[in-house]
Amino acid sequence: MTAPLKLSQQTVSQLAGRLCRREVSAREVLVGCLEQIQRVDGRIHAFISYDAADAMAQAEAADKALAAGVTHREKPLLGIPVGIKDVIAVRDQPLNCGSKILGQFISPYSATVIEKLKAAGAVVFGRLNMDEFAMGSSTENSAFGVTRNPWDLTRTPGGSSGGSAAAVAAGECIASLGSDTGGSIRQPAALCGCIGFKPTYGRVSRYGLTAFASSLDQIGPFAREVRDVATVLGVISGHDPRDSTSVPVPVPDYGAALQNPIKGLKLGLPKEYMIGGLNAEVSAAVQAAVKQFEKLGAEMVEVSLPHTDYAVAVYYIVATAEASANLARFDGIRYGARVDGVDPTDLYCKTRGAGFGAEVKRRIILGAYVLSSGYHDAYYLRAQKVRTLIRRDFLEAFEKVDAIITPTSPTAAFKIGEKTDNPLQMYLSDIFTISCNLAGICGLSLPCGFTASPKLPIGLQLLGKPFGEETILQLAHAYEQSTAWHKELPPETTG
Amino acid sequence: MPGNFDVHYVAHLARIALTPAEEEKFGAQLSHVLGYIEKLNQLDVSGIEPTAHAVPMVNVARADEVTPSLTNEEALRNAPAKANGLFLVPKIVE
Repeated sequence: MTAPLKLSQQTVSQLAGRLCRREVSAREVLVGCLEQIQRVDGRIHAFISYDAADAMAQAEAADKALAAGVTHREKPLLGIPVGIKDVIAVRDQPLNCGSKILGQFISPYSATVIEKLKAAGAVVFGRLNMDEFAMGSSTENSAFGVTRNPWDLTRTPGGSSGGSAAAVAAGECIASLGSDTGGSIRQPAALCGCIGFKPTYGRVSRYGLTAFASSLDQIGPFAREVRDVATVLGVISGHDPRDSTSVPVPVPDYGAALQNPIKGLKLGLPKEYMIGGLNAEVSAAVQAAVKQFEKLGAEMVEVSLPHTDYAVAVYYIVATAEASANLARFDGIRYGARVDGVDPTDLYCKTRGAGFGAEVKRRIILGAYVLSSGYHDAYYLRAQKVRTLIRRDFLEAFEKVDAIITPTSPTAAFKIGEKTDNPLQMYLSDIFTISCNLAGICGLSLPCGFTASPKLPIGLQLLGKPFGEETILQLAHAYEQSTAWHKELPPETTG
Repeated sequence: MPGNFDVHYVAHLARIALTPAEEEKFGAQLSHVLGYIEKLNQLDVSGIEPTAHAVPMVNVARADEVTPSLTNEEALRNAPAKANGLFLVPKIVE
């Protein structure tokens, strides 16, 4: 017999039922999360900070709404604690983006996704740790210390949304939000053993998300069950007049889509993804998942994404170029920390030299270089053209299949410090997730097994057509309900 | 082109002061990354249109109507130096 799940380890759908039946209160659910944070976060460090009093006021408001008869049909997240990556603005709460350069910044407004979560009754709390400005794959590039993987404290949780993934995996909150520019939701979800979904570019408003690479960034949810991911995604999706890149298409009922049978759906297996460098246990787990999908009635089709091998190079030109422009705003003039200088240029250089960490400096410098006079065409323009080829690969594949199935990451969680001195090696760990952002499609990671020793989660990635979130959720749900991987709990969080 | 990469010059373009140790370390690391990026030269991209953005939307504008925005006080709340409702900056013109 396994011990019954603590409140903070239950799912949105379980808790919604219990809240509705008045078996538990929103206050008790929040207290459960805060107690779990007390118990485990000293070791995991998923949270940079949290405002318990503000969260408690929201939970009490949710209890009043429940008492007044408000249902989860009206407010799907009523009384559910949701943690937030430190790159998304919440009015009157700190916003640091994992960086020193923002100093004591307090957000003067809330992101659209936060307004939507609150309108849906969620208890929005906590600043979840991340690689500085979302630049990294391990959450080691945070000015607030590293986050540790709940499955093995000597390993990273992945990144950049490592805090969002670790907090959900460790039962410190019920769901969370992260952002994904090249895999920053899917890779940490894979490494921590939870579910993370990067929606299609334009599906979710980015108003109030600190920009890293504007043609790639997208906000998405983490949770411990596909149904919960569908619920949170439904809440945060939709057109927003405050984000010109959000697309005015209707938001489907993602929860309803889960019931559709997957029999007859075609899944593409790209031959370019089963490459050297792919860990043998990861490969075996993905191949077992393929067999499971066939058992469930899906049809496997081999597809080709011939430009896969160029994706990392394209990404580190496009993303750094955009970052060098976006991060120009951190100049010590209007907000954040300032280091005085003899003239404005001296002030900018000193402020940015002192405020940014190593990886952010490297990427801004690389981005400035690939955009600089004489190099723009050779690097940036060429990368944008190869991006066209990568996008075309996917659109051609999606003429033959409904979704593409791949490993999320070539390995399970790697050791803290293992890749910090070799940026290129760190970049190559994103090889399976990066193309999705370049192509502007959607992608989800869910647990599909464990390595033997040490026991570490393995993630399966499902890539879908632009605005094909329903099909991906449907496939993920069918797989999840026929396996038990998502029910395993990390050793650091039980007891 | 990695051989020509002048980290000191580019860091100044990006308005980032680096220590000599950082210059040496980042210069070597970025030359390594630029060497990897060279693989894009293996592809023939003639006749291929560049993609700046995955969703082709142009000239997106909202209605030209006044909506609530930050007050002066809120906008200055996080300023490192301010006076009389304005940001304070170092002298630009003598």
